[in-house]
Amino acid sequence: MMPDLFPALPEFFLVCAALVLLMVGVFRRGETADVVGVWATLALGMTALLVLAGDGERVTTFGGMFVTDRFAVFMKILVLTAAAMTLVMSLAWMRQERLGRFEFSVLILFAVLGMLMMISANDLMALYLGLELQSLSLYVVAASHRDSSRSTEAGLKYFVLGALASGLLLFGSSFVYGFTGQTGFDRIAEILKGVEGTSLGATVGVVFILAGLAFKVSAVPFHMWTPDVYEGAPTPVTAFFAVAPKMAALALLVRVLTGPFAAMIGQWQQVVVALAVGSMVLGAFAAINQTNIKRLMAYSSIGHVGYVLIGLAVGTATGVRGILVYLALYLAMNLGVFAVILSMRHKGRLAEEITDLSGLSKTHPLVAAALAALMFSMAGIPPLAGFFGKFYVFIAAVEAQMYVLAVIGVLSSVVGAFYYLRIVKIMYFDEPVEVLDPPPGRSITLVLTASSVVVLFFFLYPPPLLLQAEAAAASLFPG
Amino acid sequence: MLDIGLGHYLTVGAVLFTLGVFGLFLNRKNVIIILMSVELMLLAININMVAFSAFLQDLTGQVFTMFILTVAAAEAAIGLAIVVVFFRNRGTIATEEINQMKG
Repeated sequence: MMPDLFPALPEFFLVCAALVLLMVGVFRRGETADVVGVWATLALGMTALLVLAGDGERVTTFGGMFVTDRFAVFMKILVLTAAAMTLVMSLAWMRQERLGRFEFSVLILFAVLGMLMMISANDLMALYLGLELQSLSLYVVAASHRDSSRSTEAGLKYFVLGALASGLLLFGSSFVYGFTGQTGFDRIAEILKGVEGTSLGATVGVVFILAGLAFKVSAVPFHMWTPDVYEGAPTPVTAFFAVAPKMAALALLVRVLTGPFAAMIGQWQQVVVALAVGSMVLGAFAAINQTNIKRLMAYSSIGHVGYVLIGLAVGTATGVRGILVYLALYLAMNLGVFAVILSMRHKGRLAEEITDLSGLSKTHPLVAAALAALMFSMAGIPPLAGFFGKFYVFIAAVEAQMYVLAVIGVLSSVVGAFYYLRIVKIMYFDEPVEVLDPPPGRSITLVLTASSVVVLFFFLYPPPLLLQAEAAAASLFPG
Repeated sequence: MLDIGLGHYLTVGAVLFTLGVFGLFLNRKNVIIILMSVELMLLAININMVAFSAFLQDLTGQVFTMFILTVAAAEAAIGLAIVVVFFRNRGTIATEEINQMKG
């Protein structure tokens, strides 16, 4: 019997596009990096249109292994936007650094395909295969600057710890399979609902799966790879890592914990709370002493994952709505910040230190103003967009009477504000050391403009995003 | 005569898995041993899967094992490729030398 292929149409389109572009890159003579890059971006856009073309009703196919619903559509659009934007920015950067290779764009397409499969996974096997397709592509992308010892070291570290994470996840999956006899999420949910008390085997399984996924979203205490990989990888790769894979892994985490393991909330809730508190506190304190801006962004992203996990710890539709709003705004902020980082260079030489930004307000007043707005937003100062992200997550925690979690969240965002504001201080009150070069391409300026506009004016008209997020969250909690 | 049951297989799986995890963290020699430890972990999981599959009289676990074996091969290939480019840049694959960025 032929499975219904229609729900997976975007994935089919993307895999065909990636294979065709791989062939184009191999067989076309001359410089292929730009052509393949532009077509890869268009393919991502087309995939997004196909995702939006579905009516958003919950459909499963491939024997229940693959699911699309409003939640999947929402997360896929975020991932595709993130990937397309970072790809556009990296093309300009790669051209200037003379690192352009067509394999980069093709690998990004395969990684995005893995992410789409993760978001739509409805079975432990589908989950594992999607996750590995994404991870294997990303290991190579991290080491893609193969003449740089820092990039290859980043790739090696990412590979070793990523393989460990996959191992933990699989070990957990084997226990869940053994103790429920199923790998499909819907059947696991039914069986676990019928279990009296707690099943030890399933608990071990859930904890291992949670640990494996916590690695992928870089939640404390599984974060140690993040700063090194972010610092060592080429900057466009760091920009990509900071958004797309994180969104996909968080979507997977949300789907796994609120779907098959919803009945075991008593077991996983405390683990998620611990991950959230650890990530928020470490993200706030460890970033203070950083001098490299990519490393700083790594700790910043760890902190943001902590806030997102508050919404998951609550485990309700309100919490998931908070997560979705947070992720959408985090995407806008991060793209803008990385647009600035990608254009940091002195006389053609790359600059990565925070002090390289000193006096930016005098040399590039518009860029400095945009970055200042983004930093205030990251710190969560109203009325900028970042405030609303935190607001909806904290509201969910307060509604669920998890006051301690909300208070720790507010306190650590106050500490975190210190290092965001330090960047603003360096830009506006320090004397310029060297003048930064103009941005390497119009695309980077466009992304920076778009993200600053979103961050500045989101508060004027939030309902579209809120309603979409609410509908997406509701699709995970039927009845 | 002792009957070998599910528990024994799971114990072997758990012991091998733990050995793999410890090999990853405690080895002070070189990166190839890390790759071997990763393989050991994945094989331990396969033992678990097949044992559960036989015990439950259900084929899904064995299908899962096939996928894990395939992905493990791809993973080893990519791992070795990354080790090779690392070696070209640094001329060594000793774990102590992977420290250019402070972790």
